[in-house]
Amino acid sequence: MSGLTEIKTKTKKSVVAASSITIRFAGDSGDGMQLTGDQFTDTAAVMGNDFSTLPDFPAEIRAPAGTLPGVSSFQIQFSKDIIFTPGDLSDVLIAMNPAALKVNLENVKKGGLIFINETVFDEAHLKKAGWKQNPLEGGVLKDFQLIKVPLSALTANALKDHPLKLSEVERCKNFFALGIVFWLYDRTLEHTVNWIQKRFAKRPEIVNANIAALKAGYNYADITEALPVQFQVREAKLEPGTYRKITGNEATAIGFVTAAHLANKTLFYGSYPITPASSILHELAPYKNYGVKTFQAEDEIAAVGAAIGASFGGQIGVTGTSGPGICLKSEAINLAIMAELPLIVIDAQRGGPSTGMPTKTEQADLLQVLFGRNGESPIAVVAPKTPSDCFQMAVEAVRIAMKYMTPVIFLSEGNIANAAEPWKLPELEQLPKLEAKHPVAGKDPFYPYARDQKTLARPWAIPGTPGLEHRIGGLAKADLTGNVSYDGENNQKMVNYRAEKIRRIADDIPEQEVLGPKSGKLLVLGWGGTFGPIFQAVADLKAQGTQVSQAHLNYLNPFPKNLGNVLKQFEKVLIPELNSGQLLMLIRNAFPGTNVMGLHKIQCQPFKVEEITNKIRELI
Amino acid sequence: MQRTLSKFDLPKEKYVFVSGIGCSSRFPYYMNNYGFHSIHGRAPTIATGLRCVNSDLSIWVITGDGDGLSIGGNHLIHSMRRNINFNILLVNNRIYGLTKGQYSPTSPIGQVTKSSPLGSIDYPINALCIAIASEATFIARTLDSIPAHMGSVFERAMKHKGISFVEIYQNCNIFNDKAFEPVTGRDNRDDRMVMLEHGKPLVFGKSKDKAIRLNGLKTEVVPYQEGMDAKDLLVHNENDPEPNYAYILTQMEHPEMPVPFGVFRNITKPTYDEMLESQVQDAIKKRGKGDLKELIYGRDTWTVK
Repeated sequence: MSGLTEIKTKTKKSVVAASSITIRFAGDSGDGMQLTGDQFTDTAAVMGNDFSTLPDFPAEIRAPAGTLPGVSSFQIQFSKDIIFTPGDLSDVLIAMNPAALKVNLENVKKGGLIFINETVFDEAHLKKAGWKQNPLEGGVLKDFQLIKVPLSALTANALKDHPLKLSEVERCKNFFALGIVFWLYDRTLEHTVNWIQKRFAKRPEIVNANIAALKAGYNYADITEALPVQFQVREAKLEPGTYRKITGNEATAIGFVTAAHLANKTLFYGSYPITPASSILHELAPYKNYGVKTFQAEDEIAAVGAAIGASFGGQIGVTGTSGPGICLKSEAINLAIMAELPLIVIDAQRGGPSTGMPTKTEQADLLQVLFGRNGESPIAVVAPKTPSDCFQMAVEAVRIAMKYMTPVIFLSEGNIANAAEPWKLPELEQLPKLEAKHPVAGKDPFYPYARDQKTLARPWAIPGTPGLEHRIGGLAKADLTGNVSYDGENNQKMVNYRAEKIRRIADDIPEQEVLGPKSGKLLVLGWGGTFGPIFQAVADLKAQGTQVSQAHLNYLNPFPKNLGNVLKQFEKVLIPELNSGQLLMLIRNAFPGTNVMGLHKIQCQPFKVEEITNKIRELI
Repeated sequence: MQRTLSKFDLPKEKYVFVSGIGCSSRFPYYMNNYGFHSIHGRAPTIATGLRCVNSDLSIWVITGDGDGLSIGGNHLIHSMRRNINFNILLVNNRIYGLTKGQYSPTSPIGQVTKSSPLGSIDYPINALCIAIASEATFIARTLDSIPAHMGSVFERAMKHKGISFVEIYQNCNIFNDKAFEPVTGRDNRDDRMVMLEHGKPLVFGKSKDKAIRLNGLKTEVVPYQEGMDAKDLLVHNENDPEPNYAYILTQMEHPEMPVPFGVFRNITKPTYDEMLESQVQDAIKKRGKGDLKELIYGRDTWTVK
């Protein structure tokens, strides 16, 4: 296959430099929009742009074709500048059918480009999408630059000599569309061509057809008069270093493998398939040569139970799920709290309650993971703030779990799990040393519930160690011996120990940083995946001369020990959350007197930067 | 159990007893080994994780008819079908004892308990049928009132590689006294129990005068004399790779038929933990032991200067 030689000589069109572009690919869930978006993202990475993505797909594997619930979309912002969000509104929408146009029209900037697949704007498709009038006629699209491309027809024409079934030809149209966008932004085709060759290696006729469709799209864009201008987005001035494209779940998987490796232990991952956590299991399963053992359990409870069993056995037990799975695991998490074993529970939050919106994002499990268990059951909670941050927080979760002999919740989000960004790879020498201590029998009798004076952790004695035979479990434990105890005073003592143990983690985590002035009128406090839009909002306002500060929490229990002091320095504190005010409630309780207010969004979509800037303007 | 363990060379720190909740679940406290008294029904899950990361230990799950067949039924089934290498002892007393006497999944229909004052209307479950349907590789039944039998079954369970499932008929003298008396009582047992011996006909009766044969797919009792031609009789084959025969045995219930005790099924196939470990070892052989540099830097990177 010859790389790019088949591309025709370029027509003379003007080339314009652009700084940041937001593109939204939208189509039926069978149209390959996620794959198309991924390919555009990979190419942005290869070309050195900064980028951030927002995959947004339906929970149904295949909702009825052409309907609104079946629309799958993928938004990417790529830039020559450093960016933190996938962009609010798109500069370009590629709508593969009338339903995709209908669902996504509100996400396009006024004056933006809209490509539509003209072939399918017929009566039947319009009706399925609920368009009473053909949007291509009349004024619905008058604020946009509409480019009608008979995508299906052009793809069929480009592939007329290829030995493919009609349905297979139709499936190549996403590459035709990608070809158009590649031309528009002066992208290299090389990465995608290589990817197609590798992906479909077993079916050369598919390789040829997809590459032909890609190039036909590119050529079409080059010669069509509808596209007079080509845009160039230069490479971004990222911090020097080595980078790779990473999604949150990939970084989570790599982070836990790294942590286990640093601790010289087996990573045992027990999980039951659930959106949006499943891809962590998919990522981990091939890492067998790292000694990773994955276990696809019969249910959520078995997944956490097995992880606890692995921890009892002296290895790193991790289980991953989403909100509904946390409900099922609660009793077992409490067992790990009582047995005081290290355990990591990943919660990739999704829209709730109940089954909710499985493929969409939310931050409404914070109070559930903190308090959703019987009895006094304090637990450590950490939260990554971007896809790449999952790596570091995974290592942190393992460090805390082993050092304090406690379960740790790793609170991720759908939007972090699936979104991609460039990851500046860490220097291996700078990764922390993780050391697990396991006692051996000495002269003194062994007490399974004797505590380390500093951390209050109990010893992690592994079955098979001679002389340390002991029993643990969920019944109330006597101090030191761990024997079953129904003594009330002892119970209070043990409850206090476990609470104090979690509190002491605060001495062992970084102090809360503030971005911007350390005092002033307004601090925007966030946690998890709201980092990007808050950062961008604060930066935009600063550029306009409005001074606002940002603090973003990676540690939700315990809070960094200086947090109260940080908050005190500001007249007002704004907490934007994708819930009804859960961190808000915790902050009000922990730091009474703080003048704190919330910005709540429970639409299962991330914040737009504008929503935050508007709220800040309202407050100052 | 302690007597059984003493017959093996394995030191005491290598034994782990994992239990759930219920009368059976206090068991780990009576042993001087490692123990985990976990939560209701979930002991097999903990044993699974432990086994996956440690191949040296002798792991025993102690469960009951409520813990194992009701709240934890799912885990029981899946541990057995995975053929993961640990032993499950299911102590069946046909009652919820710890919660002070409600009917259990193995209580017979009509049983009057605190929660079924007019008689239970739940059809009971047959533990060994579940084990066979789940294709467990070692399946046995024993009883508390003949300790020597119990000991020999435990011994064989321990020697078996893969999952071992043992149902133990246990009397609850507080809440369900003499539940098994019609079968296992001293006066009745010779005529109402049949002891399974591999390769031998299923002979029972005080004077060994009765045997079992198949009539179609049903069992029936026929007279037996020592030395008679066994070709029409059911001859016990615990190694039958097909589960059908073992299933037929589980259908022999009081009062129509004598109840079988001993090893119903004993076959070998690769265990889950073995296969998991061999995938790890194969991957290491093929790709080398994973190192961090490859993990983090190994895929499609670019450099910014």
